[in-house]
Amino acid sequence: MATVMPEAAVFQGLSWNPLTDVQQLFTYPFMVNALAAGTIVAVMAGVTGWFMVLRRQTFAGHTLSVIAFPGAAAASLAGLPLAVGYFGFCGLGALALAGIAGSRRSLSAESAAIGALQALALALGFLFVTLYHGVLNGLDSLLFGTFLGITTQQVVVLLAVAAAAVGLVAIAARPLFFASVDADVARAGGVPVSALGFGFLLVLGLSVAETSQITGALLVFALLVTPAATAHQLTARPALGIALSVALALAVTWLGLALAYFSIYPVGFYITSLSFGLYVLVRLGRALGRRRRATARLALRAA
Amino acid sequence: MFAHEFMRNALIAGSFVGLACGLVGYFVVLRAQVFAGDALSHVAFTGGLAAAVLGLNILAGVFAATILGGIVMGLLGDKARADDVTIGSLFAWTLGLGVLFLTIFTTQDSAGNGTAGVRVLFGSIFGLSAADVRTSVVLAVLACAILLAIARPLLFASLDNAVAAAQGVPVRVLGLGFLALLGLVAAQATQAVGALLLLGLLAAPAGAAHRLTANPYRGLLLSALFSVGSIWIGLTLSYAFPTLPPSSMIIAAAVGIYLLALATTIPRARAVWPRPANANVAA
Repeated sequence: MATVMPEAAVFQGLSWNPLTDVQQLFTYPFMVNALAAGTIVAVMAGVTGWFMVLRRQTFAGHTLSVIAFPGAAAASLAGLPLAVGYFGFCGLGALALAGIAGSRRSLSAESAAIGALQALALALGFLFVTLYHGVLNGLDSLLFGTFLGITTQQVVVLLAVAAAAVGLVAIAARPLFFASVDADVARAGGVPVSALGFGFLLVLGLSVAETSQITGALLVFALLVTPAATAHQLTARPALGIALSVALALAVTWLGLALAYFSIYPVGFYITSLSFGLYVLVRLGRALGRRRRATARLALRAA
Repeated sequence: MFAHEFMRNALIAGSFVGLACGLVGYFVVLRAQVFAGDALSHVAFTGGLAAAVLGLNILAGVFAATILGGIVMGLLGDKARADDVTIGSLFAWTLGLGVLFLTIFTTQDSAGNGTAGVRVLFGSIFGLSAADVRTSVVLAVLACAILLAIARPLLFASLDNAVAAAQGVPVRVLGLGFLALLGLVAAQATQAVGALLLLGLLAAPAGAAHRLTANPYRGLLLSALFSVGSIWIGLTLSYAFPTLPPSSMIIAAAVGIYLLALATTIPRARAVWPRPANANVAA
């Protein structure tokens, strides 16, 4: 990983007392900041991710998260703060994606357009990084993130952005849900479907831009999609689903950070593995449950 | 430009990779499976790094991972079309694994090979040896031959899955085989433009071809032409301006062609058909 872990701080190892281990997690300011940032990011990703999965916009969401990479690279090339690049590019990306979705062409044309957009974003990002010569280390942390160098100021900004994003989604939650589940009926009912779609992409871009500063452009997607997909597997009720999605994202982030703290492996690996493991367990559980119900029904019919 | 061996190698390998990407990409776009290509690009990254960690040939790792990835995605989905959320969750995790391998690799071998990650991610077309070129030409020709052999039934199955199945076309096997083939081509493209950028070579030329013609054979031809053309343009640009990385230039050329195709077809499409007839079919 790009960031060198402060060895002395990390390798105190696990003791047999879980309480002191947890205490140790909070000893260092960088870790407190990382946990705070992780918490904010997880809540935001849990909420927006749930709607993203509902709206079947995983490809668009992934493209947005990839667009964060050229944004950051362009900002470092131009000597601007990284956040400017993240927000600028993700905003533009949301605009482009909304344009693609708004043209209402066939599914295959839409996915080709999104694919071209994503490839262009990555090509630009690589170009900027090459031109910048900050090359290797910078590239790794742009793509895969770092949770070690988060400042208190970053946490405050993160909190403000997250509050805005979650607030916007909360205000528009009911019509957005309606428009996502049945766009045609919603449109007939007077819901501004395309405006909502564009607004949602903007909020998604906002949260992706924020999240990718911590997790890196390539791993945002893990927090957005997997906890939300697990929640959708478990319940179809919106309020419960969103709560579940947030809870799962939180649990996975906290555990991932703690594990990364006590080991030498990157946090991205832990977060993605934990969330994917949960998803697989839930899918398996549901499949088993369905089979058991089916056999029970058969037995009932036989008796 | 042709005096340099590395440039000749790049052009030869690039042309064949472009040909395969263009042909396969046409079907990827037709079947609306661009997201699967996206997922495979991440699988390629993880496969390459896993091989690097184990001390195996990186390219072999990429091939094994993408072909396996294609088959897994085919098995996961109904009717051999995997659904987006499952693919998304799977490749988010694959990427996490890739990061793990990257960490292990860079800590275990800090001496020379720290750039392996970047090479897998963004390709190294100027670093191909004569043997690499031979392998990629053979594999590309193989991929094109397989694709052309199954082109007719695959086209049928892609356009109308249900009717094709009713006519006795083995849609499921075809879909699965196609994803495996996509894996093969994705691994090829990883060598040329890198794991992260191969999506552009699959989606952009094919997207342009789909805009310009509805005739599948003309479309296939155009898609292959555009793809090979963007490789040539990209390589030339990168040769002329050495600070510009070749993979970025190739993708920029491909997306440029796509945008041109969009620009030339928009007014005409509106004049003749107010809304494309297939808009409702796919939705």
